[in-house]
Amino acid sequence: MTENTDAPAAAPLTVPGFRRDHAAHPPLDYPPYRSTALRHPTRPLKLLPHMLTEVTGPVFGHDRIGDLDHDLTRQRSGEPQGQRIIVHGRVLDAGGRPVPHSLVEVWQANAGGRYRHVIDNWPCPLDPNFDGAGRTLTDADGRYRFVTVRPGAYPWRNHDNAWRPAHIHFSLFGTSFTQRLVTQMYFPDDPLFGQDPMWNAIPDEAARQRLVARYDHGATEPQWALAFAWDIVLRGPETTPFEQEADDD
Amino acid sequence: MPRTTPSQTVGPFLHIGLADDPYAADEGAPGGLWIRGTVYDGAGAPMPDAIVETWQADPDGRFDHPADPRGARTSPGFRGFARCATDADGAYSVFTRKPGAVPGPAGPQAPHIDVSLFARGMLRRVVTRLYFPEDAAARAADPVLSAITDDRERDTLLARAADDGYRFDIRVQGPGETVFFDV
Ligand SMILES: [Fe+2]
Repeated sequence: MTENTDAPAAAPLTVPGFRRDHAAHPPLDYPPYRSTALRHPTRPLKLLPHMLTEVTGPVFGHDRIGDLDHDLTRQRSGEPQGQRIIVHGRVLDAGGRPVPHSLVEVWQANAGGRYRHVIDNWPCPLDPNFDGAGRTLTDADGRYRFVTVRPGAYPWRNHDNAWRPAHIHFSLFGTSFTQRLVTQMYFPDDPLFGQDPMWNAIPDEAARQRLVARYDHGATEPQWALAFAWDIVLRGPETTPFEQEADDD
Repeated sequence: MPRTTPSQTVGPFLHIGLADDPYAADEGAPGGLWIRGTVYDGAGAPMPDAIVETWQADPDGRFDHPADPRGARTSPGFRGFARCATDADGAYSVFTRKPGAVPGPAGPQAPHIDVSLFARGMLRRVVTRLYFPEDAAARAADPVLSAITDDRERDTLLARAADDGYRFDIRVQGPGETVFFDV
């Protein structure tokens, strides 16, 4: 490989960045979640100014999404066991603007709490009609919609009698590298929140509640499926007209 | 204004939802190269349940994206994004082309790739940058590298030349810990 000298002269260029939002997120070092012990950096993170690589990101087109990718109940020959649900909402940025045409990926356990994964072998049956993965693109208004079954809670070995609250894993790309987010959606009033280190790792109670979907009777379809609504908020631009509230930082 | 949604770990079953997509450039693309590496934890053990994502400019330092003020530019057979879960030995590999220099606020940045790492046991992603060994002069002028004063820390961001591309290992914690960024 040779020095890259034939690239066009790169004239200085400043681009608007994204607002930092550390307080919203759990720390990387959180001893009650035992696996963080050997998996968190010990040196302080170094500030990366937002430049071109950070304010851009992959653009995914419809060519990469199948017609049934958003419907986890229709990916096999029959219907999966469990309570059929609709999960829908909007992807917004922290400036309140919709994030259109962006990739949303989900994965989850089946109704009994079992994942279709080689390392998940707790005594709960797999469902031959449920794979547990979906993907979609947000529309022009940032809306997304999945059809699936309500996932079960499942045990893990982090602490004595540890159970994960029922959840759906969500992966979001937004429109920039900076906005990339992987998170989990929970269901209202789950009695397992209090013993869950992933839930408790989020420092602020109000921020935890932002991971809980709302039962949506208006979107519930008679004789067919319960609906849950959940909006997802990605980082917004550094310079918005309404920047008085500084407590996200 | 709405508040941002908190991050949560990808957990151990990430492979179900985050499918591998290791080709940032079409196979056989001119100048195509592999970036291969291993992800290690704080005990020096390979991490078999992590996923690496890469994002970068095209060989001319351009992005196919509306936020590039020079204009979005499509580069045929090139997507700039790749993703690869680590295997049982903690190894990942992505196929791409070398990015060009990218403008920064005070002059060019050396060719670089932004790297996200997600894993079981990580409540949010960590972000690092990969630079290329042959670009010594450009790296010396790079604003991100210049802000790192410790040579050994800076060297953690340097890929090594390999037979079919480059090698870039990631050490999450401990001796040789990779520099991670607050993005
Ligand atoms: Fe899970």
